[in-house]
Amino acid sequence: MDALIPASEFRWIVPEMILTGFGLVLLIMGCLTRGPVASKISGVLCIAGSLFALIFTVKMWGMNLDIFNQLYTIDNFGTFFKSLFLAILILVALVSLRYADREEIGGGEYYALLMFGVLGMMVMTSSHHFVTIFIGLEVMSLAIYVLCGLLRSELASVEAALKYFLLGAFATGFLLYGMSMIYGSTGLIDVVDLKKYFLMKQPFSATMFIIGLGFLLVGFGFKIASVPFHMWTPDVYQGAPTSITAYMATGVKAAAFGALIRVFFTAFIPFQFGWSEIIWVLAVLTMTVGNITALVQRDVKRILAYSSIAHAGYILVAFITGDRGEASSMLYYLMAYSFMNIGAFTAVIVVQRKGDNTSDLDSFAGLGARHPFIALCMSVFLLSLAGVPPLAGFMGKFYVFSTAVKAQYYWLAIIGFLNSVVAAYYYLRVMMYMYFREPIGEAAGAVDRAPQYGLVMLICMWALLHMGIFPRTFIVMAQKAVGIFG
Amino acid sequence: MIGIGLGFKWFIFVVMALTAVGASIIMVTRKNPIHSALWLIVTFFSIAVLYVTLNATFIAVAQVMVYAGAVMMLVIFVIMLIHLEWGARLGHKKSFPKLIGSIITIILFLQILAGVYTYSNTGQHGIYTAQKLAEIGNTRAVGTVLYGKYAFAFEIASILLLVGIVGAVLLARKRKEQER
Repeated sequence: MDALIPASEFRWIVPEMILTGFGLVLLIMGCLTRGPVASKISGVLCIAGSLFALIFTVKMWGMNLDIFNQLYTIDNFGTFFKSLFLAILILVALVSLRYADREEIGGGEYYALLMFGVLGMMVMTSSHHFVTIFIGLEVMSLAIYVLCGLLRSELASVEAALKYFLLGAFATGFLLYGMSMIYGSTGLIDVVDLKKYFLMKQPFSATMFIIGLGFLLVGFGFKIASVPFHMWTPDVYQGAPTSITAYMATGVKAAAFGALIRVFFTAFIPFQFGWSEIIWVLAVLTMTVGNITALVQRDVKRILAYSSIAHAGYILVAFITGDRGEASSMLYYLMAYSFMNIGAFTAVIVVQRKGDNTSDLDSFAGLGARHPFIALCMSVFLLSLAGVPPLAGFMGKFYVFSTAVKAQYYWLAIIGFLNSVVAAYYYLRVMMYMYFREPIGEAAGAVDRAPQYGLVMLICMWALLHMGIFPRTFIVMAQKAVGIFG
Repeated sequence: MIGIGLGFKWFIFVVMALTAVGASIIMVTRKNPIHSALWLIVTFFSIAVLYVTLNATFIAVAQVMVYAGAVMMLVIFVIMLIHLEWGARLGHKKSFPKLIGSIITIILFLQILAGVYTYSNTGQHGIYTAQKLAEIGNTRAVGTVLYGKYAFAFEIASILLLVGIVGAVLLARKRKEQER
C-alpha cells in the first residue's frame, strides 16, 4: 500500500492529541458527576490540558514539515496561531471557572466543547489541504453553535444558536462549493499544489475558477464577519453566554483569518489584482458599517460586537495589499485584538448579574467610583480598542495602515484612519459612563467579584501594555510566522 | 463534449438531472413539510442515479441508504413528532426581502451557469482510471483512499461527529426546573 502513515508522525500532533484526550475525559466526567465541584474540577482540567498543549506547541516553533500525506502541516504560521488559540482557551476557561457556575451552564461538556472548538481552529489553520481546512472549520463551528445556545432559559441565547447555525450552514455551503469549483477547474485540492500549478500555467483564467474564488471569499467572509455577511454578528454575540462571546469574537475570527491568509497568500497571489478590488470594497464597508452602527447602540455587548466587525475591516486593509512580507501586521493585530476583546468581555461579565445576559450602558454608570480597579481595566481595553498609544491596539493599527501606505493604497489608509477616529467616540462613551455618570437604579448594586476575573484582566492588560511598548519581540515572531509565504 | 455514441447514458443523465432540479424546486415551494420531505427523497434518488452514470456506484449506494433512507426517515419522524404538518403554514406574501432574495438567487444561478458553460477539462488524470476501478472495485478504491491517504481527515471527522452528538444531547436535554 502506498499511503500508510508512519507512527513517528504522530509526535507532531501531540498538542491536538492532548486536547482531544482531555476533551474526552471531560465528557466522561460530565456523564458521571454533576454539580459545582465537578464543574470546577472540569475547568481546572481544561486549563491544565491547554497548558500542556501550549508547552508542546511552543516547542515546535521553527519546525517546518508536512505530515500525514500533506494533509497536515507544521510550520511557524500554524504554530503561531495554535499558541494564540490555546492562550485564548486558557483565558476563557479561567473566566468560565466562575461564570459558567454562575449561569449554571458549566460541567464537563462545556469545557470539552471549548477544547474541541480549539482543536478545530488548530486543524484549520495548520493545513494547506482543502479537505482538512474544511473539516477543521466544521469542528470549530459545530462546537460553537452548541455553546451559543447553552443559556436555554433565555430566548435570545436559543435564537443566537439557531441563527448562527442556519446562516453558518449556508455559508459553509458556499465555502464547500467554492472549493469544489476550484478543484473542478484545476484538478487540485491542495493549496501548495495550486500555487505551483498557477506558476506553471500563467495566465490562468477559467470562469469556473474565478466563481469558485468568489464563493470561497463568501464562506470566509461570513466567519470573519465582514459586511455584507455580518448580519448574524450582533444578535449572536449578544445572545450567547458572555464567556462564549469572548471565545467567538477572538478565536473564530483569528482562525478564519488564519485559514484565509494561508489559502490566499499561498496560492492566489497571482490573482491579487482581481480579488483586491473586491475586498477593497468589502473592507471599506466593513469598517464603516461596523463603526457607524456601533455609535447608536446602548448595550455594551452589542457595541463590542459592532466594533469586532469594524476590526475585521482594519485587518482586511492589510490583507488587500497581498504583501506577503507585511502579512505579519495582520498576525500582530489579531493577537492584540484577542487580548483586548477577552479583557473587555471579562469586564462585561463582572458587571453583569446572574441570569441577566444584557449589559446596558447604564449598568456601567459610576463604575469608576464604585470599583476603580474594574473601571481602570475596562478603560485600558477600550483605549486599546480605540487605538490609543502606548497600547497594543495602537501599534496594531499603525502596522496595518502602514502596510496599506507602503503598497500605495492611500485612500484605504485614510478611510481606515477616519474610521478609527469615529470609533473612538463609542469607546470613550462607555468610559464617560463609567467615570462621569452617577450610578443608576439597582445597577448600583454589587458586581460579581472573583479572583479569576481579576487574573484574566491583569493578564490581558499586561499583554496589551507589553505588546504596545515593546512590540519588537512580537513583530519578529509574526514575521517569522509569515516567513512560509516568502 | 458528449457524443451521440453515449446516447442512452446521455438520455438518462438529462432525465435524471431535470428530475433532480424539478423535484428540488417543488420541494422548496411546498407549504406542507411532509410533501417537501417526499420531494427531497425524489431529488436524492435522481442524484444517486447520476452517480451511477459517473461510475461512482459506491457513492450512489451510500446516497440511497444514508440520505434517502436513514436521514429522510428521521426527518419525517421529527415532522410527525412535533406536528409540523399542521403548523408552519406561512402566508403567501410578496415581501421586499423575498424580492431581494429572488434577485440574488437568479444572479447566483447565472454565475454558476456561466461557470459550468465555460468549463473545460484540465485533462489531468488521477490514479483511479475507469479500468483500474473495474479491476479493484469501487468500494475498495474508496476505502483505500479514505483509510489510507485521508486517514487524518477521517480521524478529525470522528471528532466532528462526536461534537455533533454531544451538542444535540446538550441542547435537547431538559433544564432542571422543567424536570421538577
